[in-house]
Amino acid sequence: MAAKPSKILTGDNVFSTVLMLCAASVLLIAVSMVIVMTESSWLSIREFGLGFLVGQVWDPVKGEFGALPFIWGTIMSSLLALVIAVPLSIAVAVFLVEQAPKSVARPLGFLVELLAAIPSVVYGLWAIFVLAPILRVHVQPALQAVLGWLPFFQGTITGIGMLTGGVVLAIMITPIITAVTRDVLEAVPVTQREASLALGATKWETTRIVLSNASSGIAGAVILGLGRAIGETMAVTMVIGNRPQISVSLFDPAYSIASVIANEYTEATGDLYLSALTEMGLILFIVTFGVTALAKLLIMSVANRNTPRH
Amino acid sequence: MRRSSCVLIILSVLLAGCFSGRHSRGDSIKIQGAGSTFINPLMQKWVHEFGALEPSIKIDYQSIGSGGAIKQVKERTIQFGATDVAMSDEDLRSAPGELLHIPVILGAVVLTYNLESVKENLRFSPETIADIFLGKISRWDDERIRADNPYVEFPPVELTVVHRSDGSGTSAVFTNYLAKVSPEWKEKVGEGTSPAWPVGLGGKGNEGVTGQVKQTPNTIGYVELAYAVKNKLPVAQIRNSAGNFITPDFRTVSNAAAESVDIAPADLRFTITNAKGADAYPISSYVFVLIYKDQQQRNLGDALVDFLVWSLNDGQKNAQPLLYAPLPAEMVRRSTAKLAEVNFQGESLLASHSGEGK
Amino acid sequence: MIDQRRIVNAIMTVTTAACAFAVVALLLLILGYISYQGISSISWQFLVETPKPVGEGGGIGNAIVGSLILLGLASAVGIPVGIAVGTYLSELGSGWFGKTVRFVADTMIGVPSIVFGVFVYGLVVVRQGYFSTLAGSLALALIMIPIVSRTTEEMIRLVPDTMREGALALGAPRWRVTLDIVLPAAMAGIATGAMLAIARVLGETAPLLFTAFGSRFYNIYLDEPMASLTVQIYHYAISPFEEWHAKAWAATLVLITLILGINILVRIVTRRRY
Repeated sequence: MAAKPSKILTGDNVFSTVLMLCAASVLLIAVSMVIVMTESSWLSIREFGLGFLVGQVWDPVKGEFGALPFIWGTIMSSLLALVIAVPLSIAVAVFLVEQAPKSVARPLGFLVELLAAIPSVVYGLWAIFVLAPILRVHVQPALQAVLGWLPFFQGTITGIGMLTGGVVLAIMITPIITAVTRDVLEAVPVTQREASLALGATKWETTRIVLSNASSGIAGAVILGLGRAIGETMAVTMVIGNRPQISVSLFDPAYSIASVIANEYTEATGDLYLSALTEMGLILFIVTFGVTALAKLLIMSVANRNTPRH
Repeated sequence: MRRSSCVLIILSVLLAGCFSGRHSRGDSIKIQGAGSTFINPLMQKWVHEFGALEPSIKIDYQSIGSGGAIKQVKERTIQFGATDVAMSDEDLRSAPGELLHIPVILGAVVLTYNLESVKENLRFSPETIADIFLGKISRWDDERIRADNPYVEFPPVELTVVHRSDGSGTSAVFTNYLAKVSPEWKEKVGEGTSPAWPVGLGGKGNEGVTGQVKQTPNTIGYVELAYAVKNKLPVAQIRNSAGNFITPDFRTVSNAAAESVDIAPADLRFTITNAKGADAYPISSYVFVLIYKDQQQRNLGDALVDFLVWSLNDGQKNAQPLLYAPLPAEMVRRSTAKLAEVNFQGESLLASHSGEGK
Repeated sequence: MIDQRRIVNAIMTVTTAACAFAVVALLLLILGYISYQGISSISWQFLVETPKPVGEGGGIGNAIVGSLILLGLASAVGIPVGIAVGTYLSELGSGWFGKTVRFVADTMIGVPSIVFGVFVYGLVVVRQGYFSTLAGSLALALIMIPIVSRTTEEMIRLVPDTMREGALALGAPRWRVTLDIVLPAAMAGIATGAMLAIARVLGETAPLLFTAFGSRFYNIYLDEPMASLTVQIYHYAISPFEEWHAKAWAATLVLITLILGINILVRIVTRRRY
């Protein structure tokens, strides 16, 4: 990084103080959110303790609340989305930056950014009416025929379930990851490519060097996408099946934390129920924290294996 | 240049701030209502028609859900709410004032299904419905379904239940019905806006359930009548307590209400599922408007009572085209009598409107 | 050897191109589906009128205005603060404080938008006793900040140190270097981040439902409920009526067109200036 800021110049001091205050405001917002949420979920925390985390029953009528199936659903659906979306997005970004002529790349780039704006309820409706039938009729039977011996592809085919939820999420986060990755790749100096090509490397080998130099930025892009996937509610909830159960089959219905909050918060009455839903929000914070850390570690280890950064 | 854009931003914020001035704005009366998504299309019709009659009263209604209505009314962020489920005693106690329930319209929850090879409208007995949703019937060619429909040829396929995943008045009405007709359901699942469903896929909202049933073969689910009709999905006949299989429509639903007037308690918080009467559809329900008995502002309370009286009378004719069922005459009388309790400092606000709504 | 390298190169070129076209085809498909469902409902009346009961027409004029006001206010707070945080993280934030802020910001990106809505509802709406445009904008701004800061940070990081060193060597103070050299150099990427944030919040329903609420009237007052495209789309989409569904798709089309407009505007402004 650059040299240390001089402490003598007042302009610098003012500047860095302002920036730091802004950064501190992020902490302040997060901390106050956690405090407010802890406060309003206190009833549930006291009632269920750690059992809330491992409980598997969610029954508002009987006042029994457990979060495990939702945690499972959240992690699995976002990982599924990442597995599909990350390679695709990077490929698209590479195509836009390294291969396509500018006249093609620019409108395509626009298009990709536009799709980040489609409201999730619209993605959800599209998924019910277009995506789910396609998966049910064409994709799922094929998967079951070829890979049916794996536990992931067993069970009844309905078109609704973890797989469909993951695919919708993947489609939703692809524009985000692609847009940021594209910019990151564009920012890698042309001189690097020229040097590599001049040494006789092929276009693809050059691209690999560019990718590894941009890996930190790509990690940022993936984290943006992951965040969107974890926090997404409306689209997922339309097709994931909304069943709080833990099943390894991708064809079975599942449920996510964000979905249950969005599904039940507006209609929930009664203190314990509301409190349990708020605690779900708190748990989502923790899960996001953990998954983000994990994603960062993974990406960093891949990046380090390729080229150690300066 | 950066600085100039910063200045611009600050200026625009300040300018925008000048627009505010909540308490010094014209002399029209603004009333905010919110709640049940089920009643939203009818409520939009009502507020528009009433707005044309009384241009100085601006009523707005936002569909945020029945539970939302209860919460917002308690916080006093809205002046009236609409809910498909009556408030619980606990909720009423924790409200900052005495709340009244005014039944304003009727709706029906219907069973709909996707079974390609079957063209006839299916019939279901209460026990069969309970067994399907309990997961005890898992195939369409189960003998209990066949017993209800002796002349129908059922394909040998698995049956998939679709239910609401979001907390909803529709689920509350449906489970209230199941709890009345099936002791096993009452004990195992119970009734509420978000019960723990023993089996099935969850769809978000009536539109989510409708979509899943429409798109997925061999499914069965429950939705509000309008969703099944408007999406051209089949609607099942359900056996009522008199033993007749009844098709839900505005007439059979109004019948269920008319047959139940005598069980209405003084505060009008009640359900009319599994109603008696030969021609009563068994999964019918009221939508209630929630309003504070003691109004804090005279002109506001006046306008609100005015609007509700109009809805209970002239407004009822809008129900049928939008696939709701109008209140039976006796219930209009009961609702109006309840409305007479709304007062400003002890003076009934209905009395000043006695010339209207005849 | 050379042959093998060339083959790998060819395969990868074809693969990325295929991926790109597959994704773009999929995206076009979605866009096409929305257009197909919505285009017939778009008319001048639809764009300027307020909502009406089913069967009587009506439009989304107030919702378009509402969305723009909400977005404008949210951007006025969210984008500058986000850029400032991102700048801090990349230029000064190498210590524990920076690391903490970065991690917290990453976590906040994953917080579902409804949680922000609930937070602002408790913080502002319940205290004031009424729903308001300001509360809605605040919720949106909170969602924007971490997105903008994350992209800003990544983009600034990619500005070569040689540029900073050159300016510093010429005697420019640190803050001038950051404002006049580093930020402009990263501007295209920062603009993308801002666009993503704008796109994200323009497409949000949940944080507005209990803050800006919704309204069927034209409104410019910041202390009153405000209509927005997404809330209107939501209300239309969940209804049983074909006509309203078509309106929901049409409103989505309008929303996407708005994003396109804003995107082009932002690109032109950032390109011309820097």
